[in-house]
This record gives sequence, C-alpha cells and structure tokens, in this order.
Amino acid sequence: MTTITKNKVTDLFLLNKPTNSNFVELRKAGLDYLESNGLPALKEEEYKFTQISKRLEQQITNFKSAQPASLSKVLVQKAIFEGFDGDIIVFNNGEFVPTLSIISQQNYSFSLLSDAKPEILGSIAKVENDPFVALNNLAFNDGVFISVPKGKKVEKPIYLLHFNQANQGQVVNQRVLIDVADSAEVTFLENTISLDEESYFSNTVVEVKVAQNSHAHYYRLQNENRQAIVVNNFVTDIHRDATFTSVATQLQGGMLRNNLTMNLLDSGCEGNMYGLYLLNGKTHVDNHTNVDHTKPHADSNELYKGILADSSRGVFNGKIFVRQDAQKTNAFQQNNNILLSEDAIINTKPQLEIWADDVKCSHGCTTGQLDEEALFYLQARGIGKEQARGLLLYAFAGEVMEHILYQPFQQYCTNLIQDRLGSKF
Amino acid sequence: MLSIKNLHASIEGTPILRGINLEVKPGEVHAIMGPNGSGKSTLASVLAGREEYEVTDGEVTFLGKDLLDLAPEDRAREGVFLAFQYPVEIPGVSSTNFLRTAVNQVREYRGLESLDAVKFLTIMKEKMKLVEIDQKLLSRSLNEGFSGGEKKRNEIFQMAMLEPKLAILDETDSGLDIDALRVVSNGVNKLKSPDNATIVVTHYQRLLDYIVPDYVHVLYKGRIVKSGTKELALELEEKGYDWIKEEVDAAV
Ligand SMILES: Nc1ncnc2c1ncn2[C@@H]1O[C@H](COP(=O)(O)OP(=O)(O)OP(=O)(O)O)[C@@H](O)[C@H]1O
Ligand SMILES: [Mg+2]
Repeated sequence: MTTITKNKVTDLFLLNKPTNSNFVELRKAGLDYLESNGLPALKEEEYKFTQISKRLEQQITNFKSAQPASLSKVLVQKAIFEGFDGDIIVFNNGEFVPTLSIISQQNYSFSLLSDAKPEILGSIAKVENDPFVALNNLAFNDGVFISVPKGKKVEKPIYLLHFNQANQGQVVNQRVLIDVADSAEVTFLENTISLDEESYFSNTVVEVKVAQNSHAHYYRLQNENRQAIVVNNFVTDIHRDATFTSVATQLQGGMLRNNLTMNLLDSGCEGNMYGLYLLNGKTHVDNHTNVDHTKPHADSNELYKGILADSSRGVFNGKIFVRQDAQKTNAFQQNNNILLSEDAIINTKPQLEIWADDVKCSHGCTTGQLDEEALFYLQARGIGKEQARGLLLYAFAGEVMEHILYQPFQQYCTNLIQDRLGSKF
Repeated sequence: MLSIKNLHASIEGTPILRGINLEVKPGEVHAIMGPNGSGKSTLASVLAGREEYEVTDGEVTFLGKDLLDLAPEDRAREGVFLAFQYPVEIPGVSSTNFLRTAVNQVREYRGLESLDAVKFLTIMKEKMKLVEIDQKLLSRSLNEGFSGGEKKRNEIFQMAMLEPKLAILDETDSGLDIDALRVVSNGVNKLKSPDNATIVVTHYQRLLDYIVPDYVHVLYKGRIVKSGTKELALELEEKGYDWIKEEVDAAV
C-alpha cells in the first residue's frame, strides 16, 4: 500500500506536465525530490492524521490541470463583500485572469511570474519543506508576483479571489510570490469560491518575503465545497524589525491541509498566527504551523481555536523551534477546541524544540464541550437555548476574529460564522 | 402564585429533594434556611429548570402553569428569576449585549415591543443607580474577573432589568460586607410590590433585618421540617440547627 501510494499518485502527476517552459530549475528540483521521495506515504509522520495521498487516489480521476471555468463579472461581483474597497486579483482554476481583476493602486507592482522571473522564487518555500511544494514546482503553469517597493504603504487591501471548478476531479495549481520591501506596508485578503460540488485537488504555494521594518497582514478564508482536497504551503521569511500576521479561517471543505511556516530571521521581528476552524459534516482540516526563531529578541504569538460538530475532524500541530542563537525569544502558543458531537475528533500537538536557554515560551491546549453552566445561566435569564449556544460559541470564536484588522473582512467572516453558529450548531 | 406539592428530585440517581411542599402568594417574602447540603440550592435550581436534576415526583405550578413543563428560558420569560449562589463567568460575552438580548427576548414573549439601543440604555442607567453598580463593570465581559460582591450586585441588577414576578435569591448575602448588603437589600426592597414575591435562601439572620420575611422555613435532608415567622430565624441564629436535626432524626 505504501509504495503504491508513493509511486502511483506521483506518476500520474508526472504524466501531466505544464505547458509553460519557464522555471526550469525549479521544476527540476521538484522532479528530483518527487522521484526519490514521492508523495507522503500512509505511515509518514507528518501526514499520519491527514491521508492526502489516499484521498487523491480515491477522489481524483484525472490528474490534468483543470481547464479555465467560465467566469463572469457577475460572479466576481457576487464574491465581493459589503464595505470592500481595494484591488482584486482574480484566479480561474489557479490562473490569473486580467480581464476580471482590478489593479488600480499605484503603490505596488503586479506581474506574472513568467514575466518577472523573480530570483527569490522557490527560495522561501523549499522542496525540503514539504513534498507538495515539490509537486507545485513541477505542476504550476504560471503564477503571480506582487511586490511592494521600499517605504510604500499600499493603502487599500489586495484581495486574492480564487474560483475553482474542476470537472471529473482535476487539479488546480497555484503559485504566489509576495515581496514586501523595507519599511513597506500591505494587507492581503484571500478567499476561494468553489463553483460547484465536484471534487478537485488544489495545491497552492504562497511565498512571502517581509523585509526589514515592514508590516504585512494576510487574512484568509477557506470555505470550499465538501469534496475539495486542498494543500496549502504558506511560507514567510520575516526580516529584522518586520511584522507578519496571518489570520486563517476555515469553514468548509473536504480535506484541507495548511502548512504555515514563519521564519523569524532576525532580531526585533514578530510573527503572529491566528486561526479559527469551524467544522461540521465530514470536513477534515489540518493546520500544521511552524515557527523558526533564529536570532535573539524576536516574538511569535499563536492562537488557534476550533469548534467541531458532526463527524468533522481537526488536526493542530504547532511546532516552535528556538535555535541556540535565539536568546530572549518570546513564543506563545495556544490551541483551544470545543467538540459539539461525540463523533467529532481533534488531534492537537504542540511540538517545542528549544535550544536557547534564556527564552519565554508557553503553550497550552484545551479540548472540551460547551460550558453547560454558562448555557444554563443564559437560559435562566430568558435567552433561548439555540441563541444562548450561539452566543457562547461566538464568544469563543470571536477572539480570533478580533485579529482581522480590516473591518469589512472581519465583518464578512463574522457574519458567516454567526450564520453557522445560529443555524446549524 | 407558586405552589410546590410533594416535590422529589435527584441528581445522578441520588435523591436530594424528598417531598417539598410550599405555597407562595403574591406580595409575600419567604426565607429558606438550613444547614449546608440540605438541598436549598437544589430547590432553587429545580425551580429555574436546571437539567441535571431529575424530578422524580410531585408538581409545581406557577401562575396556574405547570412550571416543570417549561424550558428554563420560558420560566424566566414567565417571570421566574434565580439569583445564582455562584454566578457564572462568561468571557467574550459583553454584559450589555447579554442583557439587551435577554430583556428583549423576555419582552417578545410577553408581547411587548423590543427596546431600541437608546431606550435600553436609559432603563439600564436608571436600574444601575438602584443597585449602585459601576458602569465600568458592565463594559466588561459578563462576570469576568468580578469580585464575589460585584457578582452578587450584578445578579440583583439583572433582576431589576428583567422585572420578575418571583425572585429566588440563593445566598445573595453570603460574603457581602455590611454596606454591600444594605445596597443589595435596598435594591430588592425597591423592586418588591404587592404583585410579586420573593424567596430568599440564606444562612444569616442578618439579611432578614433588611429583607423582612413573612415566613421562615427550615430545609433539612430535602424536606421542609419547620416553618414559622421571622422569630424562627432569630431562634436559629441563637441556637443553631442541632435541636432541629435532633427533633427530625428522632422522629425517623
Ligand atoms: N452534581 C451533584 N452530584 C451529586 N451530588 C450533588 C450534586 N450537586 C449537589 N449535590 C449534593 O446535593 C446535596 C444538596 O446540595 P445543595 O447545593 O442543594 O445544598 P445547599 O443546601 O444549597 O447547601 P449550601 O448551604 O452549602 O449552599 C448536597 O449533599 C450535595 O453534595
Ligand atoms: Mg446552596
């Protein structure tokens, strides 16, 4: 079984190479890696709770890249939430769509990877990080490059909007590279819309360089169809005195695996990771986060919270690595879960590796049910049971939403969450 | 208004209430006293509808309705209010939002229009004065980090906002200093009317100097074993419960 998965799925991908002839070295690195390692086998430690390869074998029938779906201005319009004011970068099954995108702000530059050929491509997300990075190297056709020049502030958010629709279980490959230069500032939003209920496999890599003294925020919503298999490798290099904040919200999907890595490369920098997974049905969400403290005086803060209903499954694995040089590190990690059903499962594991001796690190995780005492207290004041549950669950979840500093997006996510908590749960 | 007949209740199979009988009429104040663990909070919780308790026998009617048949929220909407012995801290739920939701759901049930933000705030300010509660407390999460006394005061404030017909105060006086006790009792007294009734559960006669009861009942081993007037409370204060325990245990 192990070898079948390893070779069969990999071979299927190898048969379907992209048409774009650029990125020769990147593709070679990916190919070399996959030829010797394959995709994660069943016993692979990093993927033991999230059997992506097996899911692919079961659900993906055609390993070709999905052809563009038919999109329209109306569809894009429908995906824009109230109060949004900013640029929109539209992707159709992973490929940039110029005609539907709105790129109007002056303070950053946008281009295709094949045009810009940025040198740092592939240097932040490396093939050794994860086999799916190698696969992405091999399979993406073209991607986008967004760079914010030194000292500039991009005033309005940049909204990366993906539309996915892959017939007969096809593959969507996306590649994004973001380069935020010294003392610059920018906020990204990301959302993926499934156009139907068919299976697809989306394998995305986002690389972000946050240069000295710059500030970047990345707010991401994953609310895809119940068949979607998604692997996302998101890797950031954070340089001296720079801050990067990620807020990731997962509401729906088939099997979602997020590998979020923050490399804290110098002193004075800060990496923040916030996450909320609100799962029902059979949705399976796995958040693997990884913070690498390499130099003294850097901070990381992490808070992931989950509410799991029905037979949904959550995995949280939080790695904090503090190297010998990284004295005076502050690293905080918290993972809290509420299970609403006996069939819901959460696997949570902090993984701390600390080689410096003068550091402040703390981590904690809790898993429990809804607080019945609190529920009764609210009911005893005349609040209906359903609404009381909703209030308590939102109180739990809201702590994560507070970290979305772009108000209209916070409101949009809050509305989706409250709808869910008020009705289904 | 409230009629309890032969009420039996147990938790996890252990009987706690073993045949409670009590009649409460509008305008009356009843005090329930008794040693620790005798079942006072259990009685209060069963009346408010806490689900962990199983009613195994007996009946309770409230204003002609079968109280035991109603969900906890509907009991509150009908006018039953329980001031908790141990109010729950609820992080992330703002006191003001919570109260507005509660008040409006109660009003809706009673066929009244819901209060808009301005009207709600006006009423809130007025009731805050009544129990001398600080605005700062209400801008925090519900009961979170409140001192014992602040929690008790907040219970009475919620009571003032919800205007119940039957208030059950479970040891609202415990742990309060004299000044706080006076404020809380004043609040309760101001809310009293010929149409509503109060049940005060307490260990201390002291409270009954402020909230003067019409009847005093002693609960022991899940039964009301003695009833009397406010003089009974003075006697208990002086002599303790041992003589009553002896009387009861001898009769068994
Ligand atoms: N969850 C529970 N499981 C088992 N027994 C319980 C539970 N809750 C209460 N009891 C028991 O029920 C009995 C009555 O408790 P209750 O809290 O009603 O007493 P009380 O009269 O209010 O006491 P106090 O004066 O200490 O407030 C006690 O013996 C207590 O141990
Ligand atoms: Mg008690």
